[in-house]
Amino acid sequence: MPKFILITGRTAGQGEALPKGKESEDYRQATECIEMNPVDRERLGLQAGQRVRVRTAFGEAVLVLREKELPEGMVFVPLGPGANALIGAETRGTGMPDSKGLEVEVEPLCG
Amino acid sequence: MIGIINGEVYDPQNGVNGQICEIWVENGKIVPPPDLEKRGGAQIIDASGMVVMPGGVDIHSHIVGAKVNAGRKFRPEDHRDHVRSRTAYTRSGSGYTVPSTFLTGYGYAELGYTTVMEAATAPLTARHTHEELEDTPMVDKGVFITMGNNHFIMNCIRTKQLEKARHYVAWLLGASKGYAIKIVNPGGVENWKWGRNVSTLDDEVIGFGVTPRQIITALAWINDELGLPHTPHIHGINLGQPGSARTTVETIKALEGRRAHLCHLQFLSYGGEPGKSLRSGALEVARAVNEHPNITVDIGQVVFGQVTTMTSDGPLQYRLHQLTGQKWINDDVEGETGGGIVPMEYKRRNWINAIQWITGLELFLLIEDPWRVFLTTDHPNAGPFFCYPQVIKLLMDRDYRAEMLEKVHPRARKRTVLAELDREYSLYEIAIITRAGTARALGLKNKGHLGLGADADIAIYRKMDDKEAMFARPYLVLKDGQIVVRDGQVLHEYQGRTLYVAPSYDPGVESDLRTHFEECYTVSFENYPVAPDYLPRSEVVSCT
Amino acid sequence: MWIENVVCPFCGCLCDDIAVEVEDNRIKSVKRACSNGRSVFLHAPTEARRPVVDGKEVDWPDAIDAAARILMKSASPLIYGLSSTASEAQRKAIALADLLGASIDSTSSICHGPTSIGIQSQGEPTCTLGEVKHRSDLVIFWGCNPVEAHMRHFARYSVLARGKFTPQGRKDRTVVVVDVRPTLTARNADIFLQLRPGSDYEVLITLRAMLKGARLDVAEVGGVSVAQLADLVERMKRCRFGVVFFGMGVTQTGGKHWSIAELVALAAELNAHTRFNVMPMRGHGNVAGADCTLTWQTGYPFAVNFARGYPQYNPGEFTAVDLLARQEVDAALIIASDPMAHLPRQAAEHLNRIPTIVLDPEMNLTARVARVVLPTAIYGISAVGTAYRMDNIPLPLKKVVNSPQPTDEQVLDWIIERVKT
Repeated sequence: MPKFILITGRTAGQGEALPKGKESEDYRQATECIEMNPVDRERLGLQAGQRVRVRTAFGEAVLVLREKELPEGMVFVPLGPGANALIGAETRGTGMPDSKGLEVEVEPLCG
Repeated sequence: MIGIINGEVYDPQNGVNGQICEIWVENGKIVPPPDLEKRGGAQIIDASGMVVMPGGVDIHSHIVGAKVNAGRKFRPEDHRDHVRSRTAYTRSGSGYTVPSTFLTGYGYAELGYTTVMEAATAPLTARHTHEELEDTPMVDKGVFITMGNNHFIMNCIRTKQLEKARHYVAWLLGASKGYAIKIVNPGGVENWKWGRNVSTLDDEVIGFGVTPRQIITALAWINDELGLPHTPHIHGINLGQPGSARTTVETIKALEGRRAHLCHLQFLSYGGEPGKSLRSGALEVARAVNEHPNITVDIGQVVFGQVTTMTSDGPLQYRLHQLTGQKWINDDVEGETGGGIVPMEYKRRNWINAIQWITGLELFLLIEDPWRVFLTTDHPNAGPFFCYPQVIKLLMDRDYRAEMLEKVHPRARKRTVLAELDREYSLYEIAIITRAGTARALGLKNKGHLGLGADADIAIYRKMDDKEAMFARPYLVLKDGQIVVRDGQVLHEYQGRTLYVAPSYDPGVESDLRTHFEECYTVSFENYPVAPDYLPRSEVVSCT
Repeated sequence: MWIENVVCPFCGCLCDDIAVEVEDNRIKSVKRACSNGRSVFLHAPTEARRPVVDGKEVDWPDAIDAAARILMKSASPLIYGLSSTASEAQRKAIALADLLGASIDSTSSICHGPTSIGIQSQGEPTCTLGEVKHRSDLVIFWGCNPVEAHMRHFARYSVLARGKFTPQGRKDRTVVVVDVRPTLTARNADIFLQLRPGSDYEVLITLRAMLKGARLDVAEVGGVSVAQLADLVERMKRCRFGVVFFGMGVTQTGGKHWSIAELVALAAELNAHTRFNVMPMRGHGNVAGADCTLTWQTGYPFAVNFARGYPQYNPGEFTAVDLLARQEVDAALIIASDPMAHLPRQAAEHLNRIPTIVLDPEMNLTARVARVVLPTAIYGISAVGTAYRMDNIPLPLKKVVNSPQPTDEQVLDWIIERVKT
């Protein structure tokens, strides 16, 4: 299973959807996605718009794949419930979880 | 009604020097002795064997606002071992040199202080200062507004539009709910924004074509024109530098007889040559102060131990960071001022620190008129405010002073006149330098004395030989006629007033200001002034 | 009716030049705001909402009573959030924490908490945003993406803004972006340094070494060639007034506060050559205010616990993620934040197990699991208050529409009164 480095962060879409409510369709669409560069996407045989299962040592989430200009081997997930399912709660004495730089696995969603 | 009887009263403003007399209090004010019938219903405080003074008035202390708060935030090591638990009536908090706001209010009241002036706030951050003041209980308070590196004022000086600057200053004091004009290293803080400073009164401020001398004299003129209750409050150039005594004397002369207050004079009274070794310049500076009745000063006495240096003097703080290697905060504020913070420790066995300690005491003892020299430690720069009783003991007790002098670095002892100065302050003089004189210099007519109509802010101390112990723990403190402290402990929380000025100005200046805000600031003209509702209790002190 | 000079409460930019058109107590249109800001104003809830206890709508006194009972019964309550409320409410929240002996933490702990820790070790040469606008000829964005998160930062403060000593705006500045991916911000940069994820610390310490004249026997550090790093050092030394804006790319990665301390030390050392400052890009509208109010009332900016009767500070112990993940709190009061949406799931899940109280204008994911929901007015839209910009400048939040809801401050006052009696 190929491993990727996960970066989480703010996006314009996520910010704009926030005031519309966490239960709005806009918010769901803006946050429940994962970005990947075209080379990695093709290597994995995935299509943009496809739902994928994303897994870390701490949890997993089902997200919609989007194509984006990113370094190979890196995926990006906007801040939100999807990202929070993937990151751990260990803060190593800082209060801050490791929200960027985790190893993740990405696989097509079957069934 | 409360009557304080049998106490030794020190009320220098009214010439009362230790006589036993009665003080009567009603509705927060000092009132005449009541008739016998009314006396019966009054609460009587028997102050036999005690000293009764007006509540203390601190003319210069850094207690609230953006800079103080940054100092608190970056010094957890200052707070960890210095905590205060909550009680049913008071809040908890932490901090030694930079205590949290509630602790600051309690701490001042527990020394018998009832009025404190925050010594420097950038007007752009005044709203923050007033929020913190609301959380600073027990004392009345006011804020000095930094103007010595203000772009609008410097532009007016260059274009010779002092009238416009006058209207602006009036507007600015009202907008920031400030009490006085503060000048910090005029021009030097602006130059620091390009990595430079000023070192003489006639250096040029980069990009503005004005000089420190012009800034000081313009603001001193404006202060007189507006009839502000206090004088301009000046932290001069070359603070902390060998040779600063000379620029301090030049600054006094540059004022040409106009009223001014020079703050924490100790830091500006060093002899020697710039870049060379430090020595006391107290003789030279005290002579100039003695010869110029238009000048008042506070000392900024060094107290050995931990401090947090914090001033609006950006280049000075960078120099301290380089000297000490300690962590450093810098904060340049657009169009107005700057500042920095560096933790430090003054050590007896460090000869430079010892010279600083000696210089402050020499100034106290060489300046003759107690109505023009005031007790401060420039809290928390030279020492924390709760060390005032230690300074009082040094001034009142020459044996103690000699004993302490023996303990400092011998190199510092070699070239000081301190050992020869046998002056001892009396209780009457202590009452002047901690309350009567400061209230007079601030133009607070209802404070610093116990005459009829004065605010009933009163401190009662048990008379003791050890003056440090005596002043560290008042028997009672009354604020606005209410007993708020007993045996050095706050009894309940009390919200004091914020004192500010609102001089009138020509509203025509506002159109210029709108343009200035668009060009100079990142906030709008409308969102800049502090609305009155930020001051839950306030009093406008009138201009003359 | 148009209301001018409105402060947008959404992000740490607190743009105060917004115009809002209001008709019949509804916001009709918004001028000058970014897409995030427009969305805040146009989607602000205005309908009356009643408090909810155990899934049932109740009157305010009953809801306050329920909230107070939960807090009084709790042996170890947590108060968390604070970044999207006014400082007036933050101060009340701290007073309540003091009264209860609670832990109190803001969302700072998951954005710039490591920045505070870094500053506590090294200090912080900084300035207000106007100084950047007027003076900076070198602007570095490190691990932050203002084009998406602080959309008007470029125009108002840092890149495009024309100032007294930067009359040509963009042309007068060199813009450098340091990030692990080519963000929209990076596309606007003159120089983009793409780091290998997690290498901020080693790149920063390398820059410090190079500034001190160290010669390196490697070709690259953190995915960036030594030649590029040498070029950056030269630019930093030669500029007139430099600034580094940094974000969660630094605080959430690898060394966290160690990286921040290196960044601060680098900026401080550059002041031997020129003027150099740093500034954290604060996210939520008043998260900087949460640091300020906590600091002036307790001495510490976040991660505070009052269990001993006085404030104690310890990130990693009294921070929300740790307290929740270790299940060390038995009740929670969440103010103007949505931890169910923003904390790691392992931590947030605990809010499902303990009685939780939510103060928020919106129905959010945390409110869905809360025992008590107290719907409040929105500061900056339906309530006045104070917020602190990312450079700690305090600004007045306006009330542009009326709301039937009480403010966070009022509700916290009611709870305090109830707890005291």
